[in-house]
Amino acid sequence: MKEKKINQSIGRDAFAQSFKKLAPRTQVKNPVMFVVYIGAIFVTVLYFLGFAGMQEEAPWYVLTIAVILWATVLFANIAEAVAEGRGRAQADSLKKARRDVVARKLKTADIHSEYTEVLSKDLKPGDIVLVKANEQIPMDGEVIEGVASVDESAITGESAPVIRESGGDRSAVTGGTTVVSDWLVVKVTAKAGESFLDKMIAMVEGAARKKTPNEIALQILLVTLTIIFLIVCATLLPFSSFVSELEGAGRAISLTNVIALLVCLAPTTIGALLSAIGIAGMSRLNQANVLAMSGRAIEAAGDVDVLLLDKTGTITLGNRQASEFLPVEGVTEVELADAAQLSSIADETAEGRSIVVLAKERFNIRGRDLSAANAEFIEFSAKTRMSGINLGRDEIRKGAADAVKAYVESKGGTYPQDCAELVRQVAEKGGTPLVVAKNNQVMGVIYLKDIVKNGVKEKFEDLRKMGIKTIMITGDNPTTAAAIAAEAGVDDFMAEATPEAKLELIRKYQAEGHLVAMTGDGTNDAPALAQADVAVAMNSGTQAAKEAGNMVDLDSSPTKLIDVVRIGKQLLMTRGSLTTFSIANDIAKYFAIIPVLFASIFPQLEAMNFMGLTSATTAILSAIIYNAAIIVALIPLALKGVKYREKPAKTILAHNMLVYGLGGVVAPFIAIKLLDMLLTACGIL
Amino acid sequence: MSSGVIQDIVYVIALIGIGIPLGIYIYKVMTGKLTWKPIAALERFTYKVMRINPEEEQTAGRYALSALTFSLFGFGILFALNMLQGYLPFNPEGIEGTSAHLAYNTTASFVSNTNWQAYSGESALSYLTQMAGLTVQNIVSPAVGCAVLFALIRGFQRRESRTIGNFWVDLVKATYYVMIPLSIIVTLLLVSQGVIQNLSAYVHATTLESGAEQIIPMGPAASQVAIKQLGTNGGGFFGVNSAMPLENPTPFSNFVECLSLLLIPAALCFSFGRAVKDSKQGRAIFIVMLVIFLLALIGMTMSENVAAPQFDGVAQSGSMEGKEARLGVDTSALWATATTSASNGSVNSMHDSYTPLAGGIQMFLMMLGEVVFGGVGCGLYGMLAFAILTVFIAGLMVGRTPEYLGKKIQAFDMKMVCLVILTPPLCLLLGTALSTFVPTITDDFTNTGAHAYSELLYAYTSGAGNNGSAFAGFNANTVYSNMGIGTVMLLVRFIPMVAVIFLGGNLAKKKLIPASSGTLSTSNAMFIILLLLIVFVVGALTFLPALALGPIAEFFKTLPTLG
Repeated sequence: MKEKKINQSIGRDAFAQSFKKLAPRTQVKNPVMFVVYIGAIFVTVLYFLGFAGMQEEAPWYVLTIAVILWATVLFANIAEAVAEGRGRAQADSLKKARRDVVARKLKTADIHSEYTEVLSKDLKPGDIVLVKANEQIPMDGEVIEGVASVDESAITGESAPVIRESGGDRSAVTGGTTVVSDWLVVKVTAKAGESFLDKMIAMVEGAARKKTPNEIALQILLVTLTIIFLIVCATLLPFSSFVSELEGAGRAISLTNVIALLVCLAPTTIGALLSAIGIAGMSRLNQANVLAMSGRAIEAAGDVDVLLLDKTGTITLGNRQASEFLPVEGVTEVELADAAQLSSIADETAEGRSIVVLAKERFNIRGRDLSAANAEFIEFSAKTRMSGINLGRDEIRKGAADAVKAYVESKGGTYPQDCAELVRQVAEKGGTPLVVAKNNQVMGVIYLKDIVKNGVKEKFEDLRKMGIKTIMITGDNPTTAAAIAAEAGVDDFMAEATPEAKLELIRKYQAEGHLVAMTGDGTNDAPALAQADVAVAMNSGTQAAKEAGNMVDLDSSPTKLIDVVRIGKQLLMTRGSLTTFSIANDIAKYFAIIPVLFASIFPQLEAMNFMGLTSATTAILSAIIYNAAIIVALIPLALKGVKYREKPAKTILAHNMLVYGLGGVVAPFIAIKLLDMLLTACGIL
Repeated sequence: MSSGVIQDIVYVIALIGIGIPLGIYIYKVMTGKLTWKPIAALERFTYKVMRINPEEEQTAGRYALSALTFSLFGFGILFALNMLQGYLPFNPEGIEGTSAHLAYNTTASFVSNTNWQAYSGESALSYLTQMAGLTVQNIVSPAVGCAVLFALIRGFQRRESRTIGNFWVDLVKATYYVMIPLSIIVTLLLVSQGVIQNLSAYVHATTLESGAEQIIPMGPAASQVAIKQLGTNGGGFFGVNSAMPLENPTPFSNFVECLSLLLIPAALCFSFGRAVKDSKQGRAIFIVMLVIFLLALIGMTMSENVAAPQFDGVAQSGSMEGKEARLGVDTSALWATATTSASNGSVNSMHDSYTPLAGGIQMFLMMLGEVVFGGVGCGLYGMLAFAILTVFIAGLMVGRTPEYLGKKIQAFDMKMVCLVILTPPLCLLLGTALSTFVPTITDDFTNTGAHAYSELLYAYTSGAGNNGSAFAGFNANTVYSNMGIGTVMLLVRFIPMVAVIFLGGNLAKKKLIPASSGTLSTSNAMFIILLLLIVFVVGALTFLPALALGPIAEFFKTLPTLG
């Protein structure tokens, strides 16, 4: 119901907009439609000249042609306005979030320091503000102190609040979002008018929409075709007058008919819809909750042929799960499970929890109360790369094989050979081995398994068919990475990936001529993001990452890259298909118009009128009515985009040629014939 | 199977059979992979005299400048020869200098590889002008086309390069290794058939018919004929071109000349395939050209045989008007198709006298932009422009920025491609249209009605295709027509040429995109069909209205008499 209401308002808005767009300043931006526009003005003038006695065709006929030409121009405007409408509606809701609020500007970066109240629009980069619970964050910034949950639904549409804290990869906050609990001290990083929200509004409104490279290239082709047809039609005047003189029969064709012919032949269908297709592509991207910083990026997405995908979240489920306990010789599985469970009881990570769950499932080892037992929990640290528990005299540790080996050896124990063998086996299967030790004795290995997401293998297979290479990026060691890569069916993988290695990989592919897309969120991703051709930064990521990327994914979903590629390709396909359709249409229009156009000079040409159109009047009217109506008929397709499937180029081309090429040849024959019959039935001759 | 069909089949087999090895040869000599000591020495000597460093690489701008400078230089010399021939040697008949507008027209015509002849060779030009002027241009103007083609090819071959070779080197190689040796071979073949080759004064003979005196022109015809055929030039040594027995005495000489028409343009397709390291690419382009050629040949042969009921019951069936009785309908139709496909323009029959549809097909072949084989070099680069256009439209349909041979096609490339495709039709239509405003133009026709218009349209079509053949019923040697057609010839030759050089320069700068299953194949059947359609549809959409008033109207007017 609500959707319907929005559509109605978009419709009303578009109608009004389409008249506003009649201004010459706007029209001249679209050369193909500008020719129609000039033609419409011309025929209108001809109509009035008819009253002054300069009559070459019946006044009603000239008037009808003029009206249809004006309608053609309006239809093109409507297409654009409707495409913009959705964006405008979205922009309106964003603008509501951009209201001015009063901010507490702190003197120093200390929550207790003195503050002055200033309007958010007066904030400058470098200012420090305090935002408390239930207050709106006044401007984009970086958290320098505090932890708080923030409601970002105004931007992302996601109602669950997210955590923002100082330091690390979750420090960026966006103006217009609201602190739900606790407080934040924020250093302002953008000035009014240039904030993320402002950029977003500009993008969705299409105000910042520049023509993309590919669109420009297509525009050149369309202009060329228009020039050719302009000359074809213009020269028909002298030709026909010359021939009629030579033949001593008939008369030159009328100006009105020349203009009607020109409008029919010029690629008006694609000319009218071209800008709508571009805006709609952008709009589809917005609907996928991705914000492109430029239209260029969307087009580049269609060209991407190498995808760098983060393993975690894209290829595998976010978390690894414990799937087996593998004890070393002399230790039972239960003993190992018991030690592992104890070491993980305070481990809140997903891996830790999965160990507890597995121990319970396999051996019914339950949680126990350790408060009495003088337990001390050892948290994981990047330095020790182990976690565990000190329980009375016992020290239990679990961690990476080499870390535990060093630990055991430092305690005077030995690292057994069969443990190394188990570790190797687990890694080979694509799992992550966690070694468990009790005091100076190695107990065994926990097999943490990466769970490859359902359906990714098929997805990558489809992408491969389209010629897109998928590369898995992971911090895992090469053995583990290879196993997961094989299971997921990616084309290649990069193990033990560092930001530098990622950057190097992108450069290498680019040097070979590939276009590379990636997603990233951390500050250390920024160089790679800046280098990639399509770089989707997660909205949850740091400011640096967001600035380096050319798209921002508001959902922060790692699989978004694949959608982005789809939208990019669909945009190009829609342009190509409608261009083909537009040109193919001309064939039928010729067969409708040419035989009757010179009928006064050469009645014999009637033999070419195999469509059996009634007269020159009905034939030309049918053709230009079709020409105008097809624009309206194709608006939904332009907005929705042509059907997209992940198939090899050959298959897609064959399909689109059949539908839009052959369809473009056949459809107008039928439509023009029907229109002609209708006009004839109405008594027009 | 009629002898005509057998002849056509033998022709196509010979074209492919000689074209493939010749194409490979041209590729090898143009890329310096094959040299021959005596010619290499001559090459070095030439560079020394011209003060050229053959190692120097040129950017697109410099390459284009060199090509234009060279052509302008040739223009100057030829223009002077035309004007001053009366004072110069090798002029036994004492022929005077031509009018300035005819000199302009002739010069433009030969420099642009058109060989449109508003004059008659034996009566208007001295031996010196023919040999030092026209023959030289006949050799070098196709060499220029060949050079520019290789500049474009280098655009595809190179990656991230600023340069596309050296024009002077390309020119010299094309001349010394391709044009001259081939001309010598064909000259010898023609001389063996009795084509004359001398510098004698014209022979005066008294005929049996009431003792009237006939002047039989002489001259170095064989060498001229060889190069005019091979170099897609077409300018006959004699006014009636290869219909003249002294130019074309035997069936074998006719076959050799007719084959020479298409030989180099066809071979270049295979050179192209070799050069881009994918023979299939060259083959695809060749197939497209061949299919259009065959369709035209069938259409023209059918029209000449069937659509001329006036000749039913005459010794040989079919329309014999304007044809040599010794050559006949089928042989003339083959030549006419070949000469309008290639931008050659030499004739062995009167195109003006063809049936309306056949005349229309001749015009349509030229209107396609002379890309069906076309001129030496320029035919293929024109077709490659169409291939890029096809790739652009089709590439979008598969959802990628279009690419051809691993090079991305972007705005600048499209601009250049559009210039190549746009210039000829614009010049053609505007030139014809402007002519209709010339008040005296109707005096220049020998026909009336639609056919008079067809003659005018043909004249500009021929000029705008750099073809040179004519519906000879139209007297084009007037101030207006000489200037108009002359200018059209220059524009359609040099605007696309410069655009192609810059296209090559821009392509050379790009990276090479590796092919994948997402890449549109440009050598499979699908692409061949698409390219065919694009060439055909663009041509048809542009020229159907103009043709409807001429040949098509004529056809429908004669329809009732066909029963």
